[in-house]
Amino acid sequence: MLELLQQKLQSLFKNLRGYGKLSEENISGAIREIRLALLAADVHYQVVRDICEEVKQKALGTKVLESIRPGDQFIKIFHDALIEYLASEKQGLSTERPLRILLCGLNGSGKTTTAAKLALWCKKNKERVGLVAADLTRPAAREQLTKLASQIDVPVYAPEKEEKIEAFLSRALEQTKQDRLSVVIYDTAGRLDLDEELLKELQLAYSVVLPQEVLLVIDSATGQKGVDIVKAFLEKIPVSGLILSKFDGDARGGAAFSVKKVTGLSVLFLGTGEKVEAFEPFRAERLVDRLFGFGDIVSFVEKV
Amino acid sequence: MSFWKNLVGKFTTLIGQKEQVDWEAILIESDLGINLSQKLYSLLEKEKLLNRTDLAEKRIRNELIAILGNGNLSFPIGQPGVILLVGVNGGGKTTTAAKLAYKFKSEGKKVYLAACDTFRAAATEQLKIWAEKLELPVISAKEGADAASVAFRAYSQASQSQADYLIVDTAGRQANKKNLMLELGKIKKTLEKASGQVPLFVLLVVDGTSGSNVLVQAREFHEALGLSAMVVTKLDSSAKGGMIAAVKYELGIPTLFIGRGENLEALEAFSPEGFIEEFFSR
Ligand SMILES: Nc1nc2c(ncn2[C@@H]2O[C@H](COP(=O)(O)OP(=O)(O)OP(=O)(O)O)[C@@H](O)[C@H]2O)c(=O)[nH]1
Ligand SMILES: Nc1nc2c(ncn2[C@@H]2O[C@H](COP(=O)(O)OP(=O)(O)OP(=O)(O)O)[C@@H](O)[C@H]2O)c(=O)[nH]1
Ligand SMILES: [Mg+2]
Ligand SMILES: [Mg+2]
Repeated sequence: MLELLQQKLQSLFKNLRGYGKLSEENISGAIREIRLALLAADVHYQVVRDICEEVKQKALGTKVLESIRPGDQFIKIFHDALIEYLASEKQGLSTERPLRILLCGLNGSGKTTTAAKLALWCKKNKERVGLVAADLTRPAAREQLTKLASQIDVPVYAPEKEEKIEAFLSRALEQTKQDRLSVVIYDTAGRLDLDEELLKELQLAYSVVLPQEVLLVIDSATGQKGVDIVKAFLEKIPVSGLILSKFDGDARGGAAFSVKKVTGLSVLFLGTGEKVEAFEPFRAERLVDRLFGFGDIVSFVEKV
Repeated sequence: MSFWKNLVGKFTTLIGQKEQVDWEAILIESDLGINLSQKLYSLLEKEKLLNRTDLAEKRIRNELIAILGNGNLSFPIGQPGVILLVGVNGGGKTTTAAKLAYKFKSEGKKVYLAACDTFRAAATEQLKIWAEKLELPVISAKEGADAASVAFRAYSQASQSQADYLIVDTAGRQANKKNLMLELGKIKKTLEKASGQVPLFVLLVVDGTSGSNVLVQAREFHEALGLSAMVVTKLDSSAKGGMIAAVKYELGIPTLFIGRGENLEALEAFSPEGFIEEFFSR
């Protein structure tokens, strides 16, 4: 894909060398290519439009260097702009202890798996971690979390039969305090953005647990509605960051990019497989590489 | 305000004195994918409908109806007819298996379930809970067991008790994982062999909130297994499920059902007219 884009841009710019500055005329074709690449990656339409406009402004008037091909130079401008968009002030998780983390998201986005992954990651960082199975909706949700917890040897707090969510959460809160855990991760039921009732339940869970971190797990394959979906959650609870799951598939994860642009929420971690170890802190380069299906944009950009 | 009015409002700008609807934005925002969006857009362009909201809408309606077609699909009749559910992680396979079983059971059919996801934590328990609720037999094995041999055993039992349908749930997998796709091929072959080459009904289950990757999923699973149809879940969200049209347009694979909730009844037969009505009105 990088090669393809390079080729296209090279031919678009082939007459450009020595002409001095990049002009409106000679970059419009390049902008068009980039626009398509972003849309194909499910970046939101409006966000694509904004980005293209900004990149255009940046590229306009840029001096064409004699030593490199203008197409490559353009890619670099574009790449740097994307990285800048993804740049975040928030680095890692809150340092407050005990730390309560609430995971939320759409059905099947990867919350339960991510709860275990995050627990393992915290455990490796010498935290005393516990997991709370607060999904009372999905069949076998609690068995799933219990099995994962035993794989990583972390205690799990689960509801009794018929126990209501509010009562259970208060109990879990108390027990995890008594057990002197430093990090407690709450797994919640999946819910869609239009489900008022379930979103209210989440609001309730939030008000009982008062977590310092509310992480929204979003699937890398999320489409154009990603931004609206996140906004629906944000209306109910103060989401503090994103975890982008299933990044090992071939989906581009463009929705995470639009969400960052529209809500300012950053991706903190990537889920990169089904196993509990398949989890890593987020680096902007990885998402930008993926947005374009670039193999190795980093070394390419360094060359430029 | 309806979705459509809302969207049109959002993408309408006053250029000079003339109102202009950004059709491209509207099409892309519905997850129709780049190719189909561009095709529809250039139709409007060519026929000079870009500034004529009503006519343009009508044109898109007709075009989508033509794409979505009205092919009649029916489930296989075998002894039993086998329905294999496949798809990426978390799309809704297990829930859809339960919903289908419920539907067949309500129609007076005899149904067996096969829990061939022997990989994910508590996947078997999940299907078993549904089966218990439905009072239907489920064939399963312990975690880590060979999925194809569970399928084989399920087929034998369903066949012996003269079931009408065997619904086979499989583990979710990303289509770029070669070995996992091969494993799925093995399950399919095993079932085909057991049933004496009677073709299976292979259903791809996709998440309705997903975007263009659905097209990739459909292509890759189709290549690996030969898909009969698609089920699109989670359309009780704000997503428009435009990928239904994209997949039909580019690969010819029809959508048979849509999922609209977590409970057993929340499965609807897909109708092109209904899809288009919603496309323009939600
Ligand atoms: N390939 C891959 N699969 C993942 C990843 N994260 C989660 N999964 C899989 O996605 C599926 C859904 O994951 P869950 O953790 O059950 O998702 P959930 O959000 O808890 O689902 P609900 O509780 O039903 O809303 C499972 O098959 C997981 O194994 C990932 O990073 N990569
Ligand atoms: N709201 C809603 N939720 C759905 C629908 N279909 C499935 N779900 C939910 O989506 C989540 C994942 O569903 P599963 O059936 O476990 O998905 P799966 O494809 O079997 O997942 P893996 O086996 O882990 O790959 C669960 O929380 C389901 O309740 C639907 O149509 N609407
Ligand atoms: Mg879960
Ligand atoms: Mg499943």
